[in-house]
Amino acid sequence: MVKSTSKDAQDLFRSLHSAYSATPTNLKIIDLYVVFAVFTALIQVAYMALVGSFPFNSFLSGVLSCVGTAVLAVCLRIQVNKENKEFKHKTVVTNLRGIVAMFVIAV
Amino acid sequence: MGAKKASPDLLNSSFSFKSLKLKTKQQELLLRVSILGLVYVLAFIARLFSVLRYESMIHEFDPYFNYRTTLYLTEKGFYEFWNWFDSESWYPLGRIIGGTLYPGLMVTAALIYWTLRFLRFFVHIREVCVLTAPFFASNTTIVAYFFGKEIWDTGAGLVAAALIAICPGYISRSVAGSYDNEAVAIFALLLTFYLFVKAVKTGSLSWALGSAFGYFYMVSAWGGYVFIINLVPLYVLVLLITGRYSMRLYVAYNCMYILGMLLAMQIRFVGFQHVQSGEHMGAMGVFLLMQVFYFLDWVKYQLNDTKLFQTFLRITVTSAILVGGIALGVGTASGYISPWTGRFYSLLDPTYAKDHIPIIASVSEHQPTAWSSFMFDYHILLFLFPAGLYFCFKRLSDATIFIVMYGLTSLYFAGVMVRLILVATPAVCLISAIAVSATVKNLTSLLRTKQKVPQTGSTKGVGSSKSSSKVTLDQSQPFQKNGAIALLVGVFYLLSRYAIHCTWVTSEAYSSPSIVLAARGAHGNRIIFDDYREAYYWLRQNTPTDAKVMSWWDYGYQITAMGNRTVIVDNNTWNNTHIATVGRAMSSYEDEAYDIMRSLDVNYVLVVFGGVTGYSSDDINKFLWMVRIGGGVYPVIKEPDYLVNGEFRVDKGASPKMLNCLMYKLCYYRFGELVTEYGKPTGYDRARGVEIGNKDIKLEHLEEAYTTSNWIVRIYRVKPPTNRL
Repeated sequence: MVKSTSKDAQDLFRSLHSAYSATPTNLKIIDLYVVFAVFTALIQVAYMALVGSFPFNSFLSGVLSCVGTAVLAVCLRIQVNKENKEFKHKTVVTNLRGIVAMFVIAV
Repeated sequence: MGAKKASPDLLNSSFSFKSLKLKTKQQELLLRVSILGLVYVLAFIARLFSVLRYESMIHEFDPYFNYRTTLYLTEKGFYEFWNWFDSESWYPLGRIIGGTLYPGLMVTAALIYWTLRFLRFFVHIREVCVLTAPFFASNTTIVAYFFGKEIWDTGAGLVAAALIAICPGYISRSVAGSYDNEAVAIFALLLTFYLFVKAVKTGSLSWALGSAFGYFYMVSAWGGYVFIINLVPLYVLVLLITGRYSMRLYVAYNCMYILGMLLAMQIRFVGFQHVQSGEHMGAMGVFLLMQVFYFLDWVKYQLNDTKLFQTFLRITVTSAILVGGIALGVGTASGYISPWTGRFYSLLDPTYAKDHIPIIASVSEHQPTAWSSFMFDYHILLFLFPAGLYFCFKRLSDATIFIVMYGLTSLYFAGVMVRLILVATPAVCLISAIAVSATVKNLTSLLRTKQKVPQTGSTKGVGSSKSSSKVTLDQSQPFQKNGAIALLVGVFYLLSRYAIHCTWVTSEAYSSPSIVLAARGAHGNRIIFDDYREAYYWLRQNTPTDAKVMSWWDYGYQITAMGNRTVIVDNNTWNNTHIATVGRAMSSYEDEAYDIMRSLDVNYVLVVFGGVTGYSSDDINKFLWMVRIGGGVYPVIKEPDYLVNGEFRVDKGASPKMLNCLMYKLCYYRFGELVTEYGKPTGYDRARGVEIGNKDIKLEHLEEAYTTSNWIVRIYRVKPPTNRL
């Protein structure tokens, strides 16, 4: 049972890896940004666990802004991804500018 | 186009029909704009009854506090307002006003005031406060129009705007002079919902941003924002379960939740509740669920292989549930996540307040709603609502699912608490508008296809399948046109009755400023009782500036705003023990009450008495609540002591404790010598309809300071202790 699950896990990992490397580069950059934001948030949580939560305001604002940028970056990725059929755009270029502008404002 | 003019009649009529169509579009736009303009004006003027009949003044109790804070804001500025510590209420505790109010209403009114002053209209802030509610009601009708357009079509939007302009459920809390949080909050609520539905429909970040800001406005305006923060996640959950999830939903909800939460925490009164209170945990749970859900969806898309995906699914789902469960359990058990507060818990369990928190149960607005209230406030919308639900279910989309959920949940809560009929009103109006619009559209299309039949009958390809089906219907039922006309007349009759009912209700029931009472005299002329303001101005002009006034908490805001004196308790009711102390003082014998009053530094006592005028909302009728609240904290006060066989009486058969308690003495002092009604003995209490039991009242530690002209408000001075020699 354990052997089959570990074999399954390895297969899983390999197919995920191969599928992921097929995504275009600009999306990978956005993904990297998301990971960075989440990582920053985790560091802040660890710091709070060590040092204590006073003042709570700064902890909350720090963590939430990280989560916020992560989420917004994911939204950007969704809207930019050409394979996403729901976001039909007339011309990708002009709408891309609009989307990026919205992202910047939201941040 | 020009060559076709010479062709036979058919094409000639089609040409003129085409040019008519162009003009029809412009005509339609003109019609829509003019209808909206008329509805806007109607919503404003329907709320002006009390300003025309009495004067431009603030109604009720709570608005006086809002008025006082707005006055402070305009005089002293933002910094002072934000850091205000009020020592004039809740003596000797004081109240941190800057951190315990919802600033949206005051800031809005102040902004309007400053804009007007900038434009050189030097109005008094009171006028702005009085007219804020009707102004925002008009704005709500515009938002309702756009919302209706989103859910169904422009016709439904127009009907929704017209319905909500005069709906009594909304008018009751937004009449001119009712300067309360709900005036602005309903506008913010509808705006947030509209922007969110628009965001889900289009999936664009801009609309989601808009809805986050709308949510921020709502949080700043009213405590009822908890409804939004629970309804929206519930809606997302329903969409996920029914399989209507899409990327648009992800974008819309995430943006709104995170940004909305960050913005909401800027309001000091809300503070950290979004991450610490049990009422907000639903939203966070759905947020995390969404992340897991969409992550799984993305992985599934990447893998394109079901077997591996199943393993992955198993691992992630179990771990996610474990982590989530542990976090929630630890949070709730350790007390970090506070449980649902009493006010909102009593919505889920209506019997909770009566047993545990008498103050919440005593407010008349918090009682469960009777059917008559529903009929009074909604009229024909009550049966149009199920009809509208039917239409919504026929054409299910993301938007209609939302409005159905909003309607059903808000109606459930409206059934639990009378006050929440206000929150249900926009949903009921919108859904009824769908019913009306769809019905009228069907009926008029029935009428119109009849006229088109002789012209388009010859050309086969022109008519759509709908008109051809109507052609076959026409041949089988020749009276359909008459039936359609009859039904249309019926619909218009119903709507006109609705309008008449709404105007009557507004004029008779919801336009009275409770601070000024009116009655019909013996000759049919109108008599105005302005006793409240008379008493408050007496206080303002005839007492020392540091005098402290003790009264029941209902009148606290008015005393501080108009009388400008320090009060012991007021309508904020944040300190139950303090109120219970006052309740105990009012229901004890005079000696014990004197000790309590000396400990609180009370100089004056104010009571409201309706025995001479027959005014039934006076302190004697509220007395049992004073006993219950006092008894809830001080067991020495027992309710059965004041009742006789479970009955509350003030005549000769009343219990001895009742006949000698402070409230009785203060209300009925010197009343035993008064003849109130022809043919009745002296001391006849017109509000209770009995002759009072104890006519010979002597006060030892208090003396009468002032009684208003109709004996409605009575003020007593607390005498300093006698010299011990």
